Amino acid sequence: MHPLTVFLADSSWINFDVTSFRQEFWDNTFNGLTFGAIYALIAMGYTLVYGVLRLINFAHSEVFIAGAYALVFTLSGLGFDGSVPGLSTLALIGDMLLACLVAMLASGAIAVLLERIAYRPLRRKGAPPLAFLITAIGVSFAIQYAIFIWRGASAEPAVILFVPKALFSAFGTNITNQQLIIFVAAIVLMLLIDQFIQRTRFGRGVRAVAQDPDTATLMGVNKERAIMLTFLLGGLLAGAAALFYVIKVPSGVVFNGGFTLGIKAFAAAVLGGIGNIRGAALGGLLIGLVGNYGQTLLGNAQWSDVIAFVVLVVVLMFRPTGILGESLGKARV
Amino acid sequence: MSSVRFSRAVLTVVAASLVLGGCAAKTNSSSSSSSGSSGVNLPAVSNVPVPADAVLPAGNGKATCHGVSIAYAGAETGANAQLGLNIVNGVQLAVNQHNAANPGCQVTLKKFDTEGDPTKATGIVTQVTNEADILGAIGLPFSGESKSTGGIFQQAGLVHITPSATNPTLTQQGWTTFFRALGNDSVQGPAAAKFIVNQLHASKVCVVQDDSDYGIGLAAAINKALGDKASSCQDKVTTNQRDFSSTVSKITSAKPDAVFYSGYYAEAAPLDQQLVNGGYTGAFVGPDGVKDDKFIQQAGSASSNTYFTCPCEDGSLISSFATAYQQLAGSAPGTYSLEGYDSATVLLRGIDSGITTRAALLDYVKNYNADGLSKHLQWDSTGELKASTVYGYKVQNGKIVYIGTIS
Amino acid sequence: MTSTDNTRKNTPGGIRARWNNLSRPQQWLALVPVVVLIYFIPVIDPPLLTTEPYTNFPIAMVHAAELAMVAIGLNVVVGQAGLLDLGYVGFFAVGAYVAALLTSKESMLHKLPYLATLPLAMVVTMLAGVLLGLPTLRLRGDYLAIVTLGFGEIVRLLATLVPALNGQVGFADVGHPPGTNADGSLIFSARDGTPWYWLVVTLIIILLLFVGNLERSRVGRAWVAIREDEDAAQIMGVPTFKFKLWAFAIGAAIGGLSGALVAGQTGFMNNQNFSVAFSVLYLAAVILGGSGNKVGVMVGAFIVSYIPDRFTNLSDRKYLIFGLFLVVLMIFRPQGLLGARQRLLARGRQAYQRLVGRGEQISSDSSVSAEGGGQA
Repeated sequence: MHPLTVFLADSSWINFDVTSFRQEFWDNTFNGLTFGAIYALIAMGYTLVYGVLRLINFAHSEVFIAGAYALVFTLSGLGFDGSVPGLSTLALIGDMLLACLVAMLASGAIAVLLERIAYRPLRRKGAPPLAFLITAIGVSFAIQYAIFIWRGASAEPAVILFVPKALFSAFGTNITNQQLIIFVAAIVLMLLIDQFIQRTRFGRGVRAVAQDPDTATLMGVNKERAIMLTFLLGGLLAGAAALFYVIKVPSGVVFNGGFTLGIKAFAAAVLGGIGNIRGAALGGLLIGLVGNYGQTLLGNAQWSDVIAFVVLVVVLMFRPTGILGESLGKARV
Repeated sequence: MSSVRFSRAVLTVVAASLVLGGCAAKTNSSSSSSSGSSGVNLPAVSNVPVPADAVLPAGNGKATCHGVSIAYAGAETGANAQLGLNIVNGVQLAVNQHNAANPGCQVTLKKFDTEGDPTKATGIVTQVTNEADILGAIGLPFSGESKSTGGIFQQAGLVHITPSATNPTLTQQGWTTFFRALGNDSVQGPAAAKFIVNQLHASKVCVVQDDSDYGIGLAAAINKALGDKASSCQDKVTTNQRDFSSTVSKITSAKPDAVFYSGYYAEAAPLDQQLVNGGYTGAFVGPDGVKDDKFIQQAGSASSNTYFTCPCEDGSLISSFATAYQQLAGSAPGTYSLEGYDSATVLLRGIDSGITTRAALLDYVKNYNADGLSKHLQWDSTGELKASTVYGYKVQNGKIVYIGTIS
Repeated sequence: MTSTDNTRKNTPGGIRARWNNLSRPQQWLALVPVVVLIYFIPVIDPPLLTTEPYTNFPIAMVHAAELAMVAIGLNVVVGQAGLLDLGYVGFFAVGAYVAALLTSKESMLHKLPYLATLPLAMVVTMLAGVLLGLPTLRLRGDYLAIVTLGFGEIVRLLATLVPALNGQVGFADVGHPPGTNADGSLIFSARDGTPWYWLVVTLIIILLLFVGNLERSRVGRAWVAIREDEDAAQIMGVPTFKFKLWAFAIGAAIGGLSGALVAGQTGFMNNQNFSVAFSVLYLAAVILGGSGNKVGVMVGAFIVSYIPDRFTNLSDRKYLIFGLFLVVLMIFRPQGLLGARQRLLARGRQAYQRLVGRGEQISSDSSVSAEGGGQA
């Protein structure tokens, strides 16, 4: 046979495992929604900043990972480690909320600092958009490798908060407390942010700046404060995402751990319509689902990454501004 | 107005998490991991088989040489640094012991950092080969960089011994300067399969592989050896993956007796942890890429179901070596530290024998036939060890313990 | 951009102004010694510049030259046409695989002479560029960025997934140009960077002539128009989609060529080195040097490639320093080390000389910056 035929005919790398896919469909759905909620929270950070500044905040993944480190340090300070803690419910919740608060503050602080130190001088100088992107990349590099030098290449030891336990079953599969907590809490947080942006005075300010910075300034909106608030909100959400991430992956906190997650979250934001908060939520959940379905159907996690990006391209071809469109600025109350 | 809404919503969140958390904490009392699988008990072996007449770097202390060096080329920085540091410390220890014992023969160790990058490695290895005082090299640690630079060593006629690159194709390139101080993946695969079937008594195995050439190659070897015991349960994950929920679903519904993870500890640890949390009670088996204290740290208490196979011997069990290493590096010997030490010993003893040229040292290694601390070192014409052993380990009380040879 | 620019330009831009006053043949003549010096750098191995004893100096120089070629290609897409491409490494990978598949003894495909794979790699990557561009170039700015990022990831993942591409095992013995030295050893080997360096630099000069001519042609003017204001360009009758596709295809072809060269020079190719981080590094080279300025992007590429080779004793700190350096540079010089030259192209040159009797005026900041001010 001609070698080229052999080359092209070697299709052993694609095979569809429909049986497993059907068998594990609901399992994958619930797990996908759970991790999708984490993507969604991170995606919101990208989308908020993009909505206001038209800037891909590449360093947002490092805002997230900084929060995750703060969380892990707090938790290990509180005595959590690789074994299942034998705490009372209330104590556990207290510890989790405390750690979450620390993570949110850390992420929020990093995000605001990033804005103040790196982006604001650029805005003052009216730098070209690419300069912002390179700054973001530079910050991303700097934070990643600062953590690397400090903590080394391997992940932090596990901090286990609680072991998932089946609560009830639906569609023939068990729903665990872990899934429910992450999903519900993430959705509540997203609703809160959405309402905050839609209804509060600060939120209106953010939207006004997103729509038209100059007019907003003329209308008495403090542009700088609105921008800072955007970064802060994104950071707070990333910090909260860090808690859910660590609940799900107790040993997933590593110097470059934000990067891979960040790319998916960014893709999620674009998929939903970057600049659109509800779009980010939708995109995040979709990316989570596609990832899980893809891995089972094709038996390979890499395929699910390929599929995630192909879905993104296809969606953008038909809806060039994402599923829900760009709309942070548009008054849509 | 809005702030009222806001605070009400916050309260809702708190309340919700209280309720849900209540469910969460109840699970805490129920213990999560029962160690070992299906009553298998493989006791720890405290003394490793150290060859009685192992060749040590010190020699007889009467060697004379002048202005010669050996090189270490491999990762010292970057994300792959840890493996390289394990090796470089082993090599440094051998050189230090040699130089302390032989006042008439001070060998310099030159270290070159490739960061494990195959492209970068070409420039660095070229530099190594251009430095005339370097008679032999230890490296390169990874298979990719070994493959991109083997030809450069060959052209320069510079002998190099890799203490850790296990890809089988490396010895099929026709290189005569390449030597490997441990068994390759096609030795470990069948051995691991035998271990899982005969010693863990597993009749159904799930094989999960990552996307590295190491993971893929090893998975192919073990799958071949396991045959239909593993054919129905396969999954492929990717480097840097952290959420394995889909893999966990697949494995828990397949209910295997053992899971073999073909890859590195960074992914193996969260996988094992999530498997145990997902209700998996069988054994978790990993190869040398997983055998690391970091695995236990990162998998937490879930790691108690874990066994390792490795073509390497645990240096921390050889007390004379472990103590000296601890003094030098400030940490216990890691994976491949002992292989680095043994490889360096071969080169050093060659230099002690009065060798002053690269060609002679190459010849010396080619005809080498003696015990090292880790194993008997004698190579065939392709640079593979003539005989290689695979060792078994398990996790016990949060430590890696040796459980004897498995092939 | 007249008098104020003028006064401001006089200090740092004295050389540049004088340079632009020269006629083209004079410029060529002045360039000869520079080019000769560049050619002989690896042979001279200047004491302060050398990367030894860490990395072989000629090989460090080939790596820099290879990155410079990548930067020239990416500059066509990002600097000239203003299309943000975060997946440029995908084209590089395609080119590298074309060379590896058709020359390595570990590939099952028919073997071609290495030099024949260079144009082939360009053609194949150009096709890849068109294929990617057709559905996606209608997208705006940042959407294009994520789609290209996705393309880069897909290429990388396929390199692992498709068994015929050998994954991380890779291809050893990738081909090289023919020829042996007097002693029978190969001229183009992985051990000797200098012949490769000369080959790459020669190709870069050819590419520079080609890209420079494109810049001064209708295509280049269309690119500038698209970069500055796509809507306006469209309204003025510039077929924007067509020219964007051209930019993409040409950029891709150059990326593919450099990929094939790297594969040949390393003599080995596997699926590592194609991650998003590399696309980002390429982009950093372009913007560091000055997006839109051919000389600038080469300087940027040189710095990005050379610094880690030269200062290996910085070990892990180099990436941290690199990141901080990018941040500081963007604050103080957002247009890059050598900013894009905002000037009338082609005939504008003669027009200027006739009009004012001297070389055209250049503003230090590209007009992008003026426009960029509106974005905050």
